[in-house]
Amino acid sequence: MSDKKGGTGAFIQVKNVWKQYGDQVVLERLNMNIAEGEFCTLVGASGCGKSTFLRLLLGQEAPSRGEILLDGQPLAAEPDVSRGVVFQRYSVFPHLSVLDNVALGLELPRAPFLGRLLGRSKRDAREQATQMLHKVGLDHALDKYPAQLSGGMQQRLAIAQALIMKPRVLLLDEPFGALDPGIRKDMHALLLELWRETRLTVFMVTHDLSEGFSLGSRVLVFDKPRIDPHAPGAYGARVTYDISLHDGHRTPVAADSLPADLAGPFQTAYQGA
Amino acid sequence: MRLINRSPSRGGRLALAILPFALLLALYLAHSAQRLELNPNDKLLPSFGQMSAAVERLAFTPDERSGDYLFWLDTASSLKRLGTGLAIAAVAGLCLGVAAGTLPLFGAPLSPLITVLSMVPPLAILPILFIVFGLGELSKVMLIVIGITPILARDLEQRAREIPPELLIKAQTLGANTWTLILRLVLPQLMPRLLISLRLVMGSAWLFLIAAEAIASTDGLGYRIFLVRRYMAMDVILPYVAWITLLAWAMDYLLWRLTRLLFPWHEGAKA
Repeated sequence: MSDKKGGTGAFIQVKNVWKQYGDQVVLERLNMNIAEGEFCTLVGASGCGKSTFLRLLLGQEAPSRGEILLDGQPLAAEPDVSRGVVFQRYSVFPHLSVLDNVALGLELPRAPFLGRLLGRSKRDAREQATQMLHKVGLDHALDKYPAQLSGGMQQRLAIAQALIMKPRVLLLDEPFGALDPGIRKDMHALLLELWRETRLTVFMVTHDLSEGFSLGSRVLVFDKPRIDPHAPGAYGARVTYDISLHDGHRTPVAADSLPADLAGPFQTAYQGA
Repeated sequence: MRLINRSPSRGGRLALAILPFALLLALYLAHSAQRLELNPNDKLLPSFGQMSAAVERLAFTPDERSGDYLFWLDTASSLKRLGTGLAIAAVAGLCLGVAAGTLPLFGAPLSPLITVLSMVPPLAILPILFIVFGLGELSKVMLIVIGITPILARDLEQRAREIPPELLIKAQTLGANTWTLILRLVLPQLMPRLLISLRLVMGSAWLFLIAAEAIASTDGLGYRIFLVRRYMAMDVILPYVAWITLLAWAMDYLLWRLTRLLFPWHEGAKA
């Protein structure tokens, strides 16, 4: 947080961001500032643009309007090493062993032609990868292939793979959505531990409200404040609640001044009809 | 018990597997014996004795004119052509498939072209190949290459498109550029599929080989079969056909073993 650009403020700035596909507006007028080290959980109904917002942060898609600044600079328009990601599925490479899945992140940036390291640097990379895997509790499965791991272990591997890059931002797209409740509890503990240790800025999309509130230091609720029944795609979702959970002060703060927010989410459906 | 719920035991399965082969063999032997009894010089259904005599003559006795062992000479020539053709087609198909399936800017021009080219019947352009590449080895190898490269390329392009986009994005967040992404992610994931596709096009490759050899060649398994056809020498043709079948089966089996040996992750990853 010490390397903030003078005057511009927050680590991540979202400035009047819109996203639309053709006539379908998915997100509209998003404005927010995120401090470095914040753990933001993104909650809301299906189809409310949480994952779209995550894809914008990842650089997988570009905003239709507005811009997102990372440390005062516009976000790179394609995925890169500054932002790590864990998806619900398909996050790990099925053709590589557990160890190689993590070591890959150390090899790729340093070997732009071969894509692999040789000799001593390879041993070093594998050594580092082993340490990272130890942290997520996978040191007993280094030589296994992902298909031989349980769902929870695969997600541990995906997290280790993302963290070895030391990204500035970690993006999680419903990472525990396919896991058993018991396993999910373990994963929450692991994730919080790693977050406290690294002080990463985390964005996590989840369907599970309690997960969002128990993990996040800030909860962003996505909802559509206006719906036109004759043109369902005319209005997009916004952040209707922005709740800071720092140090046990759980004070809900309305994201902006729309009266609809204060009136509660149930009445929003009739707006604009 | 309903038929759908009944399965053979282990021994029963083996017996059932052998049964159709045994039936066909018995049918052949019975008819062969019947015809030879009526006319000992009958050529249509030779006995096993006549066939083994023909094999003895071609495989274990040097040819009177050239001194070559014709059977092995034919086998070596054919396998060389087939192997060269398959190898070139595999490399070309892999390159085209990866380029078209991974990079949208390459796929836009390549994909329709490959689709149209794969519709050209290879045997119809065989005369063109003979005119362009001459009657030597090259035209025979080219027929195999032209015949199966588009099939391999289309299949691999499709498989490359089926790689989940999440994996491609993940690789970019791990610092991959386009080249290393292809090298470390796309190619390794397509290699087992290439071996499977090769097994599937093996039949076509043999078809093109034998067609080319039948028309313009001086040796090769296909050449020999079409040469002795003039004398209705079924005692040569049938062992040659059996030998080609055995070779094709062996290559299929070896590719299958190779896939499992080189890519142990592949079976589990499909689940």
